[in-house]
Amino acid sequence: MSDRRTPLYEKHREAGARFVSFGGWEMPVQYVGIQQEHDAVRQRAGLFDVSHMGEVDVRGPGAIAAVNRLITNDLETIADGQALYTAMCRPDGGIVDDLIVYRFGRDRVFICVNAANREKDFAWITGHLEGAEAHDRSDDYAQIAIQGPAAAAMLQAITSVDLGPIGRMRFVEGDVAGSRAIIARTGYTGEDGFELYVAPHAAPTIWDALVAQGAQPCGLGARDTLRLEFKLALYGNDIDDGTTPLEAGLGWVVKLDKPDFIGKSALVEQKAKGVPRRLVGFRMDGKVPARHGYPVVDEGGAVIGQVTSGTRSPSLGTNIGLAYVPTGKHQSGTKIGIEIRGRVETATVVPTPFLKK
Amino acid sequence: MKAPAGLHYTRSHEWVRREDDGTVTVGITEHAQDALGELVYVELPAVGRALAAGETFGVVESVKAVSDVYAPIAGEVTAINDALSSAPEAINRDPYGGGWILRLRPANPADVDGLLDEAGYDEVLANA
Repeated sequence: MSDRRTPLYEKHREAGARFVSFGGWEMPVQYVGIQQEHDAVRQRAGLFDVSHMGEVDVRGPGAIAAVNRLITNDLETIADGQALYTAMCRPDGGIVDDLIVYRFGRDRVFICVNAANREKDFAWITGHLEGAEAHDRSDDYAQIAIQGPAAAAMLQAITSVDLGPIGRMRFVEGDVAGSRAIIARTGYTGEDGFELYVAPHAAPTIWDALVAQGAQPCGLGARDTLRLEFKLALYGNDIDDGTTPLEAGLGWVVKLDKPDFIGKSALVEQKAKGVPRRLVGFRMDGKVPARHGYPVVDEGGAVIGQVTSGTRSPSLGTNIGLAYVPTGKHQSGTKIGIEIRGRVETATVVPTPFLKK
Repeated sequence: MKAPAGLHYTRSHEWVRREDDGTVTVGITEHAQDALGELVYVELPAVGRALAAGETFGVVESVKAVSDVYAPIAGEVTAINDALSSAPEAINRDPYGGGWILRLRPANPADVDGLLDEAGYDEVLANA
């Protein structure tokens, strides 16, 4: 099956992007180079086509309660116009997906899901939703993210909506470059910025307008290094059906004191018994980068865990990564071994996020 | 991005240059460095190691990806470009010059003639 293309595909091609297959989509991996794109986001603003992400619209008088039963975080703790990061779990606590849920009102919750999980999530949501209806709206929305310290100023130049009052994890609906958009102060880079949900036909105009404001188009390569420096989990790498949010360090989005939700009893039990392994950040002691899938080993060479993400950090210039290690080996300063092409290289568990704002 | 004349090439995007002392210099092509993107780490074999044709002798790693590098012909490693351990980006800047990777003493010097010439390599790229 050939990969799908976003409404911005031609823009990327014209800009000389190099493409990669990701989650069933042909996506730009870089335009001018990962380092340059990464630095643009940290220093000014970068522009990302994230139209591959899926959107599920949950409607009905019981929308909030219905979605709350599917997620680990608590929609009752926020007001209309606010968004939450959350996990959606299986009964055994494994993560079906990680999501941003947007609370429009009692009767509407809008959910952003990972591209590769779109079908799985929609089936899961429709199969478990009670008291509301879910609609897969993924084909009705393109999504553009503008991220970085100058993102707000650049976006402000092309919208009449006053962005000032839109605090972090808040959203409004309004016009951007002449088209209706959901304007959310959310992102996946650790920087201030916005994510815009717009009709597919409107995406190229908005993209061009933000490029004209000076935003640097960025590919999935920079998106990965940016998110990793802030230990933002990547589904399919750091978390999946076989990992729980407690293991992944996402306990902050698990509200065990709220009414029942799928996975709650398993997570309560895991918390009571003790979480057996933890997702930690590490820094390589030497020059060799660690990569997804490399084994973590103890002093005797026995495999005790696995690297889930690894890269050279463009901001720090060091080799960083995330790995699952047994509880007890997770404290900062702990030395771990990472098996790379048959040799063991040492690494040190370090506090995360790797980058401090 | 035509391949320079006078060099020999592999389908796995290494280049080979005959030197006056009978050794050959090996590197990766402009196309290869461009496809990989900014290199952050290069792993080189020990001097003296005997390589079989097609054997993996090291890796080049960009921010995103790890790629093996293969011996274009059989031979013994007589020198490695140590500068790459602290400045792997030399391969991006100057893949046919300062970004050379290693020198081999060929087991059979005629093996070089079995590699692609620049026209043959350009054809590989055109059909990729």
